[in-house]
Amino acid sequence: MLAQDFIRLALIAGTPIAVAGGALGYFTVLRSQVFAGETLSHVAFTGALAAAAIGIDLRFGLFAATIVAALLLAALGEKAMSNDVAIGTLLAWVLGLGALFLDLFNRSANGGNGAIAARTLFGSIFGLSTSDAELAAIIGGAVVVVLALIARPLLYATIDPKVAAASGLPIAALSAGFLALVAVDAALTTQAIGALLMLGLIAIPAGAAHRLTANAYLALALSSLFALASLWLGVILAYEIPSIPPSTAIIAVAATIYVYAFVAPRRKHTISADDGSGVGITQLG
Amino acid sequence: MNPALPWNLVKDVQQLFVYPFMVNAIEAGTTVALMAAVTGWFVVLRRQTFAAHSLSAMSFPGASGAALAGAPLPVGYFLACVIAAGAIATGSRTGNRRNPSQQSAVIGAVQVVGFALGFLFLSLYGGVLENLESLLFGSFLGITTGQVRELLGVAFGTLVFFAIAGRPLLTVSLDEVDARARGAPVRMLEIAFLLVLGLAVAATAQITGVLLVFALLVAPAAAAREFTARIGVGIALSVVIGLLVTWVGLGLSYYTNYSVGFFVTSLAFGVYLVSRASHVLAHRREALGRFEAVRAAVS
Repeated sequence: MLAQDFIRLALIAGTPIAVAGGALGYFTVLRSQVFAGETLSHVAFTGALAAAAIGIDLRFGLFAATIVAALLLAALGEKAMSNDVAIGTLLAWVLGLGALFLDLFNRSANGGNGAIAARTLFGSIFGLSTSDAELAAIIGGAVVVVLALIARPLLYATIDPKVAAASGLPIAALSAGFLALVAVDAALTTQAIGALLMLGLIAIPAGAAHRLTANAYLALALSSLFALASLWLGVILAYEIPSIPPSTAIIAVAATIYVYAFVAPRRKHTISADDGSGVGITQLG
Repeated sequence: MNPALPWNLVKDVQQLFVYPFMVNAIEAGTTVALMAAVTGWFVVLRRQTFAAHSLSAMSFPGASGAALAGAPLPVGYFLACVIAAGAIATGSRTGNRRNPSQQSAVIGAVQVVGFALGFLFLSLYGGVLENLESLLFGSFLGITTGQVRELLGVAFGTLVFFAIAGRPLLTVSLDEVDARARGAPVRMLEIAFLLVLGLAVAATAQITGVLLVFALLVAPAAAAREFTARIGVGIALSVVIGLLVTWVGLGLSYYTNYSVGFFVTSLAFGVYLVSRASHVLAHRREALGRFEAVRAAVS
């Protein structure tokens, strides 16, 4: 199996993407920002299709769109981020724009059979080019390194923002940086498993880890491990059973782990202050 | 298709009703917009927009699964959404309390599994990719009279539910602890609401496509809530906005031949932005008025 080029490329690109996704995902779940993460992945879809419609490199569209969107979200601030109504409405519009670009692309000279929609939405980890895989490995690796460097202060700022702010941590910069990392990861993940399934490497392993242990560092490691296992096992599964698309196989493994975490004995919920808000109506202005 | 636009509003509108497929589309769109706007008002009130989004994701595997199994598509839509509503209702609580972190993870997981399954079914079905586009981004072509009748039935059921359970649901949504203390069936109401939401979402998805349900479900209601805090007026306004967005969106799509999903989401987003701006302006005017009053009193 490893003799196949497309499998090697899939694993080279997939490994850092999975590790980064799992670790970022744990913070996303702790910060109740899964919805914001999802928005970024949808933005990736629209960015890729916009690039396709005007005929430039898809990867440029992906990264440009997600990073701009992340900075925008960060500028709007925590208050807006927990405003799921505003995010949701924006998200629908972004997807609507994507639909328009899809129309435009399908009607342009090189457009055609709708395969691009499927590829962007559901990924094609077996269809990565060597340069795709190298880029993913380098950027994914960089995301992991940066996250490892800011993990401690970020965790502090996430679990107890007030105390963290009082002790002089740059909370706003930390959350903007975190969102930028998620944005980069969203762009990478979109190429591998697709814009719609990116949440599978973000929310699912992290959700399972969050449920299994209250120890944040252990959970971080577990979350990355689960994501990695999902990706590898998913790739193997899809290779052995060709009628299953690799993206589906990866999600299927992740979901199995998640279900296990749910039926496994429950830990005590002691990561306090993790819900922060959730309740109460926040509004801009 | 792609008829000329004579720039005569009366005539343009008349032309919309020439073809039976367009009449069906307008009837279905109207039904769905009405139901979605009312349901959406409660969704926004209860802050369950993410749940609504995930439920809409489930209609994708529902529809593609039905296509694979050779069952009628609407059966797939409704079945999948109702099952997902049950899963979210049972999974998102720790003991008695809502747990936001866990809830969002559960909802995200349900949604991704839905998309992945849908993709699997579609590739097993034989990769009809044009199908993928209309499933995800909506299409008003090919809505049958039978489908319109079904949607009417679902809408009627949903509205009856809100007529009966609307008031207790409102009480529970506004103050859960208080409602529980008075012995309201909080859990039951919550589950019933999610199930009704599942039905409404499945119906909406058939028009707007799986990914754009939000435009009709959440945006009109959210805009209405920015304009007014009153309950009855808010729901009515939400319905009016939903209907306008749907009609104008269908009309634009008919004349330009671009996807109806793009127009409906853009219009809905535009209305929401306007509502936010007017909300902010109203606040500022009020504050300014108070300032002037104080100054007049001082001088």
